[in-house]
Amino acid sequence: MRIRAQASGDKTTVRILMAHEMETGQRKDAAGKTIPAWFIQEVTASLNGKTVLTADWGPAVSKNPFMQFTLKGAKAGDKIAVTWKDNRGETRTDEATVS
Amino acid sequence: MKTTTCLSLLVLAGCIPLHAAAQQKTTAEGIAEYRALLQDGNPAELFEARGEDLWKQKRGPKAASMEKCDLGKGPGVVKGAFAELPRYFSDTGRVQDMESRLLTCMETLQGFDAAAIAKTPFGTGEQKNIEGLVAWISAESKGMPLNLPQSHASERRAYEVGKRLFFMRAGPHDFACATCHGADGKRIRLQDLPNLTKNPGAGEGFGAWPAYRVSSGELWGMQRRLNDCFRQQRFPYPGYASDVTVALAVYMGVNGKGGKTTAPAIKR
Repeated sequence: MRIRAQASGDKTTVRILMAHEMETGQRKDAAGKTIPAWFIQEVTASLNGKTVLTADWGPAVSKNPFMQFTLKGAKAGDKIAVTWKDNRGETRTDEATVS
Repeated sequence: MKTTTCLSLLVLAGCIPLHAAAQQKTTAEGIAEYRALLQDGNPAELFEARGEDLWKQKRGPKAASMEKCDLGKGPGVVKGAFAELPRYFSDTGRVQDMESRLLTCMETLQGFDAAAIAKTPFGTGEQKNIEGLVAWISAESKGMPLNLPQSHASERRAYEVGKRLFFMRAGPHDFACATCHGADGKRIRLQDLPNLTKNPGAGEGFGAWPAYRVSSGELWGMQRRLNDCFRQQRFPYPGYASDVTVALAVYMGVNGKGGKTTAPAIKR
């Protein structure tokens, strides 16, 4: 994941780029077999350990998704952590510092 | 009474071309806007990060990194290298583009079989690693003006060969690269096609690959871009990192001299 968090006044813009296949489960491979669904189901973002955003995602989200949100009250030096969990149960967490 | 009619006619006459121009602009502008919106979160960055790791990682039968790879500006120098490729390399005695040069480095430094990698389908095996490397190497030259050398006789010859290939009509459709990319204002569906015979088209077109393709979710290098151009013309596949593809790259790159690189860009 690539996370950038930039504070300007009392608003912080957080931009996140995630690497994920995001298979819908509706495509077929060259042999005609269905490619099993594999997508991010849940995204959570936290500021200094406190959850500030939860999102439920489905197969309609693109491959290598990009997400952006604005946050109130974050200061430079604060920690933003983002976690995703996919339908296979795999999970990944990355952290960034607000600048 | 007469004056009023005249006036309204004038207004109408003035209105029609303006309206048409505005409508034509919206198509191109719409695509530019779409790209600008996506630019902020260009997933090519994910490939860049992987490429940087791959460059430093000890890999291959010789367990060596790519850090001594000479991309034309001395061993290990990456910054600015992309803006001057393809160029002549005295150690191989050939004009090479980025991907062909990477194959050379992977063979000599890391001990990989370059010919086997060239035959690997795009996006699989070591080809996947090359995608990361080209993304990172091109990103290190982002915003620099294209400045391909033409001082060596082989480089000048590659330009002439590339020019002939660009205008060579063949295949079941009797197509040449020039059929679509040899004049201003051509397009396929809504996509404006750059005129690759001169600037700004050549600089914008050549300087934008490698690029992330949103439609397929993949990063395409120049080799894959050219392969697809040949496929669409129903030409036989010229071969990965072959002299044909390199010569065409020299032709486009030299025509684009001074144009700023935007690679890795984002494309639909």
